[in-house]
Amino acid sequence: MKKFESKKRHVLPGDFITTAPLRLQGNVVLEGKRVIATSIGLSDVSADSVRVIPLTGVYLPKIDDLVIGTIQYIFGNSWFADINSCYQGMLLGQDVFGRGSYPTTSEMKERLDNGDIIYAKIANSDRQREPLISIADQSLGKIDSGELVKISPTKIPRLIGKHGSMIQSIEASTNATITVGQNGLIVVSCDETNGLLKALAAIRMVDEQAHLVNLTDKVKKMLESNGV
Amino acid sequence: MGGREANVVLLDENGIRSDGRKVNETRKVTIKAGVLKNASGSAYIEFGGNKILAGVFGPRDVHPKHMSNPDTGILRVRYHMEPFSVGERKKPAPSRREIEISKVIKEALEPAVMLEKFPRTAVDVYLEILQADGGTRCAALDAASVALADAGIPMRDLVCACASGKAADTLILDVNNEEDQAGQADMPIGYMPNLGKITLLQLDGVLTADEYKKCIELGLEGCKQVYEIQKNALREKYFSSGDKD
Repeated sequence: MKKFESKKRHVLPGDFITTAPLRLQGNVVLEGKRVIATSIGLSDVSADSVRVIPLTGVYLPKIDDLVIGTIQYIFGNSWFADINSCYQGMLLGQDVFGRGSYPTTSEMKERLDNGDIIYAKIANSDRQREPLISIADQSLGKIDSGELVKISPTKIPRLIGKHGSMIQSIEASTNATITVGQNGLIVVSCDETNGLLKALAAIRMVDEQAHLVNLTDKVKKMLESNGV
Repeated sequence: MGGREANVVLLDENGIRSDGRKVNETRKVTIKAGVLKNASGSAYIEFGGNKILAGVFGPRDVHPKHMSNPDTGILRVRYHMEPFSVGERKKPAPSRREIEISKVIKEALEPAVMLEKFPRTAVDVYLEILQADGGTRCAALDAASVALADAGIPMRDLVCACASGKAADTLILDVNNEEDQAGQADMPIGYMPNLGKITLLQLDGVLTADEYKKCIELGLEGCKQVYEIQKNALREKYFSSGDKD
């Protein structure tokens, strides 16, 4: 018998979700005819697919994700960056210096040194290698200033909000520029200290309360109040 | 482990055990998830007199590299007893018993965790026994499951564990230290309730075939009780306000 559940439900690993023959999207597994959750999160059953939105877990690089990374070291013709995942991001020297180039280590160090923070795109992610990242686009590259914040990567979709609504409302009311990485790292820059502190507090709030109702209202209320 | 008390009455004429429990009653179990800020996931369990801390790190890089698997992540477990966890100081170096228990717990968790999405990485589980009072491997396994779920490691089910056994010719649930020392059998069991599969099964003692079947059934009842406590510990951390988004 088909069980169709449209309401989101809290689930734990091993919890039964449905027996309907749906496409398995993420954090679910089929045991016989039963769809079982494999993560702590919210089950999401739609007309043709089922998934669990996780509330905890490490960031797994996906192609085209925008991430914030910190250069760790240079090896061969590539930089290796910490992208807050179990894998390191590999940035080829050719991505920065052009195809067919063979930059020396000191030339590379001059462009991006250990400890530099970059905004990059996941260019390729397969199972056999470290993920390839790229800073070739206009909006990508080294980030010179701002506060670096780390939150759980599972909370990033909530921070961005539907069509960017949550992040835009934080930026609008604090005059801050917020660069969000899908890997849970965020850079906030603002000329006014008050705006900066408010933006950081709003991000903290989303990290702690992403699974609760009325978060948008709570954040709005906090941003409108005078104190932090 | 610990001194042996002479003349402990394991089961009196009313069917009450040395610590006041009935034969099918477990000791008090409390579990708290997310107690270590530096670990990817963690849990603290008190199972009767046992106090155990579980910390999970990963998925993360494997060193040495030759231990990594190109197709899937690997699980590494370290069960370690603190020198002050037992009555007579335990030397900090890993004993043969600790190595065995580390292996057994790893094999009990492997059917549950799904590490195919993390090739070339390792998930490290550290189980530190702060106070031991019989049944530490089961309690440690209970804490490890909660810590793995807290870390966001994909799992088919939580693994719950409880030991059953025999003392004073009677099958009992959740063997404590005295019953382990002076009893006739001790059977730790690890179980995945939603899938109905046993992942850890050991027997130290002698049971008849019939007693063995009944002992397993009794142990599984205990496991299911602990399962609810594990789930509540995770619910308390993640869903505590009760509101859904």
